[in-house]
Amino acid sequence: MYCSVHFLAQKANKNIVFVVGIYGNQEFSLVMKKLLLSSVVVLIGFTFIGRLSYLQLFRFSPDQILDDPAIKKVYDYPERGYVYDRDGKLLVGNQPAYDVMVIPREVKPLDTLEFCGLLGIEKDQFLSKMEKARIYSPRLPSVLVPQLSKEDYAKLQEKMRHFNGFYIQKRSLRYYNTKSAANVLGYISEVNEWDLKNNPYYVAGELKGRTGIEQQYEEILRGQKGVKHIQKDRFNRDIGPYKGGKLDTLPQQGKEIHITLDKTLQEYGEKLMHGKRGGIVAIEPKSGEILAMISGPTYDPALLVGRERSKNYSKLHYDTISKPTWDRSILAQQSPGSPFKTLNALVALQEGVINEDTKFRCYHGFYVGNTLRGCHCGGGIRDLNSGIYQSCNAYFAGVFRKIFDKYNTTDKGMDVWEKHMKSFGLGDYLGTDLPTGAPGRIPDVAYYDKWYGDGRWAASTIISNSIGQGEIAATPLQLANMTAAIANRGYFYTPHIIKSIGNNGKIDPKYTEPNYTTIDRKHFDPIIEGMANVYNYGTARWVKIPDIDIAGKTGTVENFIRVDGERMQLTDHSVFVAFAPVENPQIALAVYIENGYYGSRYAGHIASLLIEKYIKGEITRTDLEKRMLEKTLEHEYAKPYSGEPFKINEYEW
Amino acid sequence: MNGRGPFGRLDWISVILYALLVFIGWINIYSTSIGETSTSIFDFSTLYGKQTFFIGLAALGIIFVLFVESQFFERFASIFYIVSIVLLLGLFVFGKTIAGATSWYDLGFFNLQPSELAKVATSLALAKFLSDIQTDIRTGKHQMYALIIILLPAILILPQPDPGSSLIYFSLFFVLFREGFPIYYLGILIFAVVIFATTLMFGTVWVSIGLIILTLLIYTFKRASVKIPILPVLGVIMVSILFSLSVNFVFENVFEQRHRDRFALWLSLEKDEDKLDEIRKTIGYNTYQSEKAIESGGFTGKGFLEGTRTKGDFVPEQHTDYIFSSVGEEWGFMGTASVILLFSLFFLRLIYIAERQKSDFSRMYGYGVISILVFHYFINIGMVIGLLPTIGVPLPFFSYGGSGLIFFTMLLFIFLKLDSNRLKDGI
Repeated sequence: MYCSVHFLAQKANKNIVFVVGIYGNQEFSLVMKKLLLSSVVVLIGFTFIGRLSYLQLFRFSPDQILDDPAIKKVYDYPERGYVYDRDGKLLVGNQPAYDVMVIPREVKPLDTLEFCGLLGIEKDQFLSKMEKARIYSPRLPSVLVPQLSKEDYAKLQEKMRHFNGFYIQKRSLRYYNTKSAANVLGYISEVNEWDLKNNPYYVAGELKGRTGIEQQYEEILRGQKGVKHIQKDRFNRDIGPYKGGKLDTLPQQGKEIHITLDKTLQEYGEKLMHGKRGGIVAIEPKSGEILAMISGPTYDPALLVGRERSKNYSKLHYDTISKPTWDRSILAQQSPGSPFKTLNALVALQEGVINEDTKFRCYHGFYVGNTLRGCHCGGGIRDLNSGIYQSCNAYFAGVFRKIFDKYNTTDKGMDVWEKHMKSFGLGDYLGTDLPTGAPGRIPDVAYYDKWYGDGRWAASTIISNSIGQGEIAATPLQLANMTAAIANRGYFYTPHIIKSIGNNGKIDPKYTEPNYTTIDRKHFDPIIEGMANVYNYGTARWVKIPDIDIAGKTGTVENFIRVDGERMQLTDHSVFVAFAPVENPQIALAVYIENGYYGSRYAGHIASLLIEKYIKGEITRTDLEKRMLEKTLEHEYAKPYSGEPFKINEYEW
Repeated sequence: MNGRGPFGRLDWISVILYALLVFIGWINIYSTSIGETSTSIFDFSTLYGKQTFFIGLAALGIIFVLFVESQFFERFASIFYIVSIVLLLGLFVFGKTIAGATSWYDLGFFNLQPSELAKVATSLALAKFLSDIQTDIRTGKHQMYALIIILLPAILILPQPDPGSSLIYFSLFFVLFREGFPIYYLGILIFAVVIFATTLMFGTVWVSIGLIILTLLIYTFKRASVKIPILPVLGVIMVSILFSLSVNFVFENVFEQRHRDRFALWLSLEKDEDKLDEIRKTIGYNTYQSEKAIESGGFTGKGFLEGTRTKGDFVPEQHTDYIFSSVGEEWGFMGTASVILLFSLFFLRLIYIAERQKSDFSRMYGYGVISILVFHYFINIGMVIGLLPTIGVPLPFFSYGGSGLIFFTMLLFIFLKLDSNRLKDGI
């Protein structure tokens, strides 16, 4: 059989020889035989070198230390920076918390009952947690009981050495020295997948500022963590520092920051907001610093720290009716109401279409075409001053028309009006150093062209804007900023919350440069006079504070909601903007109380209390203060959800 | 030195290359097995300490071999062979099982692996048979005897199971090729392997198309004067296609899943990323880890005792079969390339020595030695760098292990001893 195979093979061999056509003689065959093994060795050598070049030269990347399973990074976290108010009062600090950790493999038999007693948990709970830890990993530490109180920690600490495999790990949690300003301060929470994907700094399990200044100034507050590279074996056991610690870094401490809030004013304002919804923003006009930023309802920031955190968070987050985590002071975009009249007057003065003596007649309202739109001012002839302090709708409707009449086309008039309004920081994000915000709305030509059609609208169509209703919308922050611009007679500083960072204190220069409005300084005086008279003779004469000259403007804003698809009107929003003192203003604020009815009723009172508190440091009108602290609007907020017919704008309160 | 002492005409170049390889191997065993506390290199509780001891034993072996009369090996070759066959058979009764393979005799202080001994014995026996004046390798009968000598130990080792060692015996075919066994057998073998691999990768249809295109190309570009009869070519194509079909059948029905997985990994057959990941974690874990370790060494390597994956024990069996990955991680491309170069020079030197033998026996034995060493080297490093499927054979002189080191050394030094005596041989 072998012979025949050989014969066939030899025949085939001849053919192959024929094909190659170069060998066939005996000598060459011998050389081939001698060279065969050498060629094989050389060939193998080249193949190996080729493959090794591919692996070690082509595929090698110096970054692979990052995913080297043999190197574990251990982080050393610096303490998060403290937060102080404008006067150096502590707002946010840190507190230690203690986690009881377990490494299941190292646990030795123990007195379970005693241990559970010390930890304050049930035996079943203990056993199930131990089982969970074991399933996660017998070799790695798991949290057995998170965030023990200081008292429990003290008790446990002495006995801990009797329990093998357990140890206590200290963590740092936020400590709040106030029950206020939750939305401004924000909270921190564990990083999520999105953070991990988008910021290589973070590692799973780390904490990150989530809202408010914790988010905005995250990098300053958190500092820079230190890292140690630890060499591991395949069982994940430490076997010493990697490269003797050459790549390790030290942590950099987080810096403390001072914010512009006035702790006293903030806390007082939140007390006054008790039972009311809305937003209050107070600004120091000469610097743009935000003195208070209040949203009602609010919550105690300490709720979002510690063991109950996630439970509390769900409760707050899913309260979709009163929305405590929604910062109304910067997010609620609503019609500004009558305070906006002052801007319309300023634009008209700047455009030269009115002067202080320009008069309009109020027919207890004004006519648009043949329909009469109402006014509460009492009727009669109004000039600029009384138009403002009596908040006459007819007067400002007239002013608004005059602005548009100056120009040949409505579009041109609209453009001019829009430009003036936007110079007050309305209709766009203000650029504050807060992570959230809302642009509000100043409608423009395009907006109305879309709404009504090109050329199918005129000043009279959009006349509601003259009195701060209509399509315009602004946040309380924008209203406060607008008031600050009036107080400064024509310019404002971008409102901001940061006062100083660390020791050198530098903040972004954009907060220290004034933004000028398009209105000349001289036009502000008559407006401010009118606003001052609001207190002297006008809509807020009942809330005058002795010894302090205030300029203010009330607003009463009609509003509607939809409940189950049914549109209904609710009690008017109570709005008030003010600054004081009139000469050398120290505080400008906007108070927006939802469904508070008259501007002076809630907003006006609260504004006057805040001004008194800020300027005098104490309240003389204790009766008023008591009334404001106790009054709530819960009954108003319950109305649309009661399912029964209800009255709005009730006289009794 | 004029050839009278036992160290007489010893080929010192080979000895130095051998010593270098053993030394580098030991360095890497030291690196893979050093603990947190450094102890003496003679500490026998550590692997490197034991390896030091084995190197000592190997040195004794060298001295023994060098003092033995040259003719002894030729004269007693048949006896050695019979003894090793008996020892291999004895494993079925007295064998000690380590890591699932019944390949050892427990001698108390030392585990003896007779398959290592059998490599020496088979090389000797084959050389003796082929160098016999009456043997003519061109006859079918003698070819068959030669095959029996080679394949008998291979067959006995296979069920231990130790397919790696078994495969090594096929390397002795190089001896046959050198001595006149038709080389085209090798061509047929390589052709079969190529068909096998390409069939798994692309399927029978594409392999057939490829063959036909190849044939047409040859016909198109051949010189007009060269005539190739069409019928045998068609026959080759037909047989190839049949073989290709049978490959699929064997792969699906005869192979077990673990074999299929190995090929799937080797030839990148599995396209499903999840399944590939699964294979990497199970059957391909070793290869994956060793490739990663080598890759992470880069050009210069991480430095001696600085290999993180080596220190972390991420590559299983790193001190034995995967020792080369430690070279790759700690010494980088410079290290791996140097080792490859060193091995290549070593083998080329040995081939040169084999070719200068006057005695047929010495040359044939030399070829046996070289073939066995090259085959180990090829399969081991090929596996460690991910070119070949996982087949467990040690890297000669490098890998940790007593039997391996001692018998590789004996294998080599018997040859060097024969070489030192070459002037007295023959005529």
